[in-house]
Amino acid sequence: MIHDVSLYEILTVTSILFFIGIYGFITRKNLISILISIELLLNASVVNFVVINKYLYPDVLQGVVFSIFIIAVAAAETALAVGIIINLYRQISSVEVKDVETMKY
Amino acid sequence: MNYTEILIIPLIPLAVFLVLGIFYSRIKPAVSGIIGALGLLISTLLSIKVAYQYFFVFSNDGVAYQTLVHKTVWMNFTETLRIDMGVLLDPISIMMLLVVSIVSLMVHLYSRGYMKGDPGYTKFFAFLSLFTFSMYGLVLATNLFQIYIFWELVGVSSYLLIGFYYTKPTAVAAAKKAFVVTRFADLGFLIGILIVGFYTGTYDFELLNNPEGSPILSWAASSFFGMSVLSWGLLLIFIGGAGKSAMFPLHIWLPDAMEGPTPVSALIHAATMVVAGVYLVARLFPMYYFVEEGIILQVVAFVGAFSALFAAIIAITQNDIKRVLAYSTMSQLAYMMLALGVSGYEGEAGLGYMASMFHLFTHAMFKALLFLCAGSVIHAVHSNYLKDMGGLRKYMPITHITFLIAALAIAGIPPLAGFWSKDEILVAVYEKNTLLYIVALLVAGLTAFYMFRIYFGIFWKRDPEYASTPHESPATMTIPLIILAAFSTLAGFVPFGEFISADRMVLEAHINLPLALAAVATGMAGIGLAWLFYRKETGLPEKMVDALGKLYTWTYHKFYIDEVYLFVTKKILFKRVAEPAAKFDRQVVDGTMVGIGNSTVRTSEKIKGMQSGKVQDYAMAFVAGILVIVIFFVYYLTE
Amino acid sequence: MDILSLFLIVPAITILLLVFTRNLGQARLIALLGSIVQFAMSVHLVFAYIKERAIDDSIMLFTKDLIWFEPFNIHYSIGADGISVTMVLLTSIVVMAGVFISWRIGELPKEFFIALIILATGVYGFFISLDLFTMFVFFELAVIPMYLLIGIWGSGRREFSAMKLTLMLMAASAVLLVGILGIYFNSDTAGNGFTFNILELAAANIPAEAQKIFFPLTFIGFAVIGALFPFHTWSPDGHASAPTAVSMLHAGVLMKLGGYGVFRVALYVLPEGAVEWSWIFIILSAFGVIYGAFAAVRQTDLKYINAYSSVSHLGLVLFALLMFNKTAWNGAIIQSLSHGFMTALFFALIGMIYERTHTRDVRKMGGLLKVIPMISATYVVAGLASLGLPGFSGFVAEMNIFVGAFEHENIYYRIATVVSVSAIVVTAVYILRVVGIMLMGPVKEEAYLQLPRVSWYERVGILLLLLPIIGIGVAPLWLSDLIYKSLHPFIQGVL
Repeated sequence: MIHDVSLYEILTVTSILFFIGIYGFITRKNLISILISIELLLNASVVNFVVINKYLYPDVLQGVVFSIFIIAVAAAETALAVGIIINLYRQISSVEVKDVETMKY
Repeated sequence: MNYTEILIIPLIPLAVFLVLGIFYSRIKPAVSGIIGALGLLISTLLSIKVAYQYFFVFSNDGVAYQTLVHKTVWMNFTETLRIDMGVLLDPISIMMLLVVSIVSLMVHLYSRGYMKGDPGYTKFFAFLSLFTFSMYGLVLATNLFQIYIFWELVGVSSYLLIGFYYTKPTAVAAAKKAFVVTRFADLGFLIGILIVGFYTGTYDFELLNNPEGSPILSWAASSFFGMSVLSWGLLLIFIGGAGKSAMFPLHIWLPDAMEGPTPVSALIHAATMVVAGVYLVARLFPMYYFVEEGIILQVVAFVGAFSALFAAIIAITQNDIKRVLAYSTMSQLAYMMLALGVSGYEGEAGLGYMASMFHLFTHAMFKALLFLCAGSVIHAVHSNYLKDMGGLRKYMPITHITFLIAALAIAGIPPLAGFWSKDEILVAVYEKNTLLYIVALLVAGLTAFYMFRIYFGIFWKRDPEYASTPHESPATMTIPLIILAAFSTLAGFVPFGEFISADRMVLEAHINLPLALAAVATGMAGIGLAWLFYRKETGLPEKMVDALGKLYTWTYHKFYIDEVYLFVTKKILFKRVAEPAAKFDRQVVDGTMVGIGNSTVRTSEKIKGMQSGKVQDYAMAFVAGILVIVIFFVYYLTE
Repeated sequence: MDILSLFLIVPAITILLLVFTRNLGQARLIALLGSIVQFAMSVHLVFAYIKERAIDDSIMLFTKDLIWFEPFNIHYSIGADGISVTMVLLTSIVVMAGVFISWRIGELPKEFFIALIILATGVYGFFISLDLFTMFVFFELAVIPMYLLIGIWGSGRREFSAMKLTLMLMAASAVLLVGILGIYFNSDTAGNGFTFNILELAAANIPAEAQKIFFPLTFIGFAVIGALFPFHTWSPDGHASAPTAVSMLHAGVLMKLGGYGVFRVALYVLPEGAVEWSWIFIILSAFGVIYGAFAAVRQTDLKYINAYSSVSHLGLVLFALLMFNKTAWNGAIIQSLSHGFMTALFFALIGMIYERTHTRDVRKMGGLLKVIPMISATYVVAGLASLGLPGFSGFVAEMNIFVGAFEHENIYYRIATVVSVSAIVVTAVYILRVVGIMLMGPVKEEAYLQLPRVSWYERVGILLLLLPIIGIGVAPLWLSDLIYKSLHPFIQGVL
C-alpha cells in the first residue's frame, strides 16, 4: 500500500503500459521489438495482479504468487522466442515479420 | 416303395460328378468313362426296378395311380411356404425317370467312343453326371421350388457342356446365349412361382394339383388386368417352360446350342432337358386345366402349333445337319405342347395329355438316336454340313440303317414308335380344333420332308471328295445306336394309356383309322417329295429356291429372329441402358460426390488469403474482435 | 473371461505381438496365428451359442456390461444373437483368408498386418456391441485403417481413392452421429435418464415425431457404407485401388456393417420412422439393384465389375430389410453372409489374376481357363454363385428375399420386388460376359502361356471362402434356423 496513490492511478498507469505494449506488438516490424512489446503486456498484467491483490484482498497471496508464475512463464517464453528468432535469423538472415509468412498455410 | 433305392438313383451321378471333379487330374480318362457309365448303369437298373414296382406291384387295378411323396424340409420361408427336397413318384415322373436313365446311359456309352482322345474327357463325364443328377432331381421334384432349383442346375450343366470346347468363340457365345435366354425365361418362371406361392400358400404339387383343393378352387378370388392372378402365374410359369423347351419366341438358343459335343446335343438338347418345359406343364396340368377354364392352356396350344410350324419350315432350309435336327426337336417339342394344350382332363378327353407324354417318350428315343447317328457321321467326315456328305451308306451301314429307322419313326410311318404317338396327338387335336389339326398335319408332312432331305443328303447322293475314306464308327458308338433303334421300333407298342393319363385312370386308346391313314399319307407324301428333290441331283431344289425368292431367304435366315434379339440386346439394352447407366454413374452420381469435394477445395482456396501468416494481422484482428465485443456489451448493458 | 470380449482381446494381443516382429515371415506368421485363433473362437462361438440358445431365450446372449463413461451413461455393453454370431464367423473367415492371400505382401508387412487386424477388431466390436456409442466407436475404428491400407499399399490413384472413400464414409458417420445423438436425447421416455443401450432404446418407444426425423439420418448413415444408391460411388474407386486383402475385407465384411447397422439400429430402435420412410428407400434400393447390374455390364475393369455387382447385391440387402418381413430379413442376413464370402472370393481371385497378368482389363485377357485352370474354374464357380445358382449361398439368400418381399400386402412393394427379381437376368449377363471374354476363348497373349500355377496359400485362401458358399447353399436350414429365431424380437418392434 503506497500513500497518496490510489488503486485507480496505478491501474491507469498499467493500462497505458498495456496499450503501449499492444501498439508496439501490432506496429513493430522487428521480431525482437515485438517480443519486447509482449514483455510490456505481461508486465502490465503482473503489476495489475499485485496491485489488485494488495489493495482489495490484502489477506491473501494468490495475486502475488500468480505474478511470480507469470514472470517464470514469461522468462521461459522469452527464451523460447529468442531461440526461435536466432534460428530464424540463421536460416533467412532476417528478423523482419514480413519475411516469415511462409508458414501461413 | 423303398425310398432309399429311389434316392440312390440321383445320388449316384452326383457322387460320380464329385469324384471326377475333385480327383480331376488324378484320374485316367479311360477310368472316368467307365466310372460314369457304370454309375449310370446302376441308376438305370434301379429306375427300371422302381418303374416295375410302381406300375405292376404297387398299383391296384381299377384305381387311379397314386402319387407317392417322400420329402424333407430343405428351407423354411414362412409358416406355410417352404422348400422341400424329396422325390415324387407318379406315372409321368417315373416315365421321365426311365427316359433320362436310358438316354443318358446310351449317351455315356456312346461318348466313351466319341470323345476318345479329347483332352477334356474326364471333365466331359463329370459334366454329364452333373447334368444327369440335375435332371433326375428335376423329374422327381415334389414342389415348384425344387423343380426350379434343378431347372437352374440343368441350365448350368447345359451351359457348361455347350461351352465344352471353350477355346472356340462360337461355342462360348452359344453357351452364353443359351444360358441368358433360358435365364430370361426362368425369370418368368420365378415370378410365376412367387405369384402362385403367394396366392395359394403352397408350392407342393400334390396340393396345387388337387382339382378339389383350395389352390385351384380359389382362382377367381383375385384378378389382375382382367385375368385371374393364378392365370398370370401359370402364364409366367409357362414362359419358363417355353424357354427351356425352345418355344417361339424363346427358341433362339437351341440351334446355337449345337456347338456342344454331339452326345450332349443328343442327351440335353433333344431327349431330356428340353422336354422339361413340356414336363412342367404336364406336371401342373390340373392347374392349367381348371384355373379359369384352361385359358392358359389355349395359349399353350397356339404357341405350340405356331412353333411347330415355324420350326419345321426353317428346318427345311438349313444345311448344318445338327441344326436341322435342332429345329426338328423344337418342332416336335411344340407338338407335345400343342397336345397338352388341347387336352381335357377326364377319361377320353384327356387323350392329348397321354399323347403328349407318349410322344415325349418315343421322341426321346428316336431323336437321341438321330443325334447320335449324326454324331457318328460327323465323327467320320469331320463336318456338320450337308455339302461335305453323301453316299455314306456304303461306308457306314449300321449308322445308315439306324438313322433310317429313326427318320421313319419321326416321319410317322407305322409300325415305328413315332407313328403311334403322333397319331394320338393328331386325334386329340382333331377333336378340339380343326385349324390346329391342319397345322399339325402340315407339320407332320414337313417333318417327313426335311428329315428325308438330310437322310438322302447324307447317305445317298454322290460322294463329295473325302479327304480320307469315311469308315464306320467303333463298337462303343454303334452299340448304343442299335439299342436305341430297337427302342425306336418297339416303344410304340407300349400301351401308354394304361400307365399315363391326365386323371390317372386307365385310358384305352384306339386307332382312328381315317385320321391315321391321313397322317401316314402325309408322311409318305413328305418322304416322296424328298425323294424327288434330293435322291438324285435333279436341280429341283435350286429351282424351288429361285421360285420362292424372298420367302426362301427369310426362311434361310430363320426369319431374322436372331437379328431382332441382337438388336434389342446390343442396340437397346447395352447401348441405351447399360452404357448410359455406367456413364451416368461415373459422371452424374460420382461427379456430384467428387464435385462436393472439389467445391470444398475451391472454397478454401478462395478464403485462405485471410490467413496472412503475419502475427500482427492476427493480433489486430484479435484486438478488433475484443473491441467489438466490449462495445457491444457496453452498449447492451447500458441500454 | 467372457467369450465375446475375447474377440477384442485376441486381435489386440496379435497387434501387440506384431509390433515386435521384424520381417515378413514373422509378421505373417503372427497374423496367421491370430486369425486362426479368431476363427477357432468364432466356430466355438457358434456352437456355444446354439447350446446356450436352447436353454436361454433372452434376446441377447453372452452379455457383459461395464460403464466406461458415467456422465453420458455410455457403457461397454456386448452381447450376441444369431445374427451377430454368423457375422462374426464371416469376419473371422474372411480375415483368415485375407492373411493367406497377403502371404507375399511387398512393403511394410508389419504395418500392413497391424492395420488389417485393427480393421478386423473394429468390425468384431461393431458386431457385438449393444451400446450405440460403443458401436459407433468401433465403426470408426473399422473405417480409419482403410485410409492407410488403401493409401499406402494400394495401386493406381490410391491417394485419391483413399481420400474419397474416407471422406464419404466420414460424412456418413457425421450424419449417423446426429441420428445417434437424436436417438439418445429422445430416449428418456420412462424418466430413467438417457441411454445408449439398444435393447433399452427399443423398449423405450421413442416418440414417433422424433423417429420420423432421425430414421433417415440413421438409415443413410449406415446405408452409405452398405453402398446404397446414390451414395455408392466410393466403393468402385476404393476397390479398384485397394490391395487384394483389403478389397476382400472391405467388400466382404466392412460393407456388411451397413446392412447390419440398419437392421440393428435404424429398424429396431426406430420402427415407426422406418415404416414412414420405407417407400423412398425401397425405391432407391430396388433401383440400385437394377442399376448396379446394368452398370456392371459395361465395365471393363474386373474390380469395377465386382464393385457394381456389390452395389446390386447389397441393394438387395437393404431392399429386403425394409420389407419388415421375417423371411425377407432372413434372406437379407444370408445375403450379407453370402455376398461377403462370394465377393471376398472374387477379389481374391482377381488379385491372383492381376498378379499374374498385370492387368485387370477383361478385354486384354482370354483363354485363362487353359492357363491357370484352378483359379479360372473357381472364378466360374464364384460367378455362378453370384448369379444365384442353386447349390450356392446366393440362391438361398435371394429366394428368401424374393419370397419374403413378395409377401408384402402392398401391391407396389410386390411390383418393386418383381423389378429387383429381374436383376437376376442382368447379373447372368455380366458374369457370363466376363467368363466368356476372360476365361474362355483362345489364349490372347503368348506370355500368358507361362503364367505360374496356383500356390498353396492361394489354394487355402480359395477353399476357405468357397466352402462356406457351398455349405450354405447345400444345407441352408441350420443357418436360417440360427438367424430366424433371432429375428422375432425385431419384427415385434415393427408390428
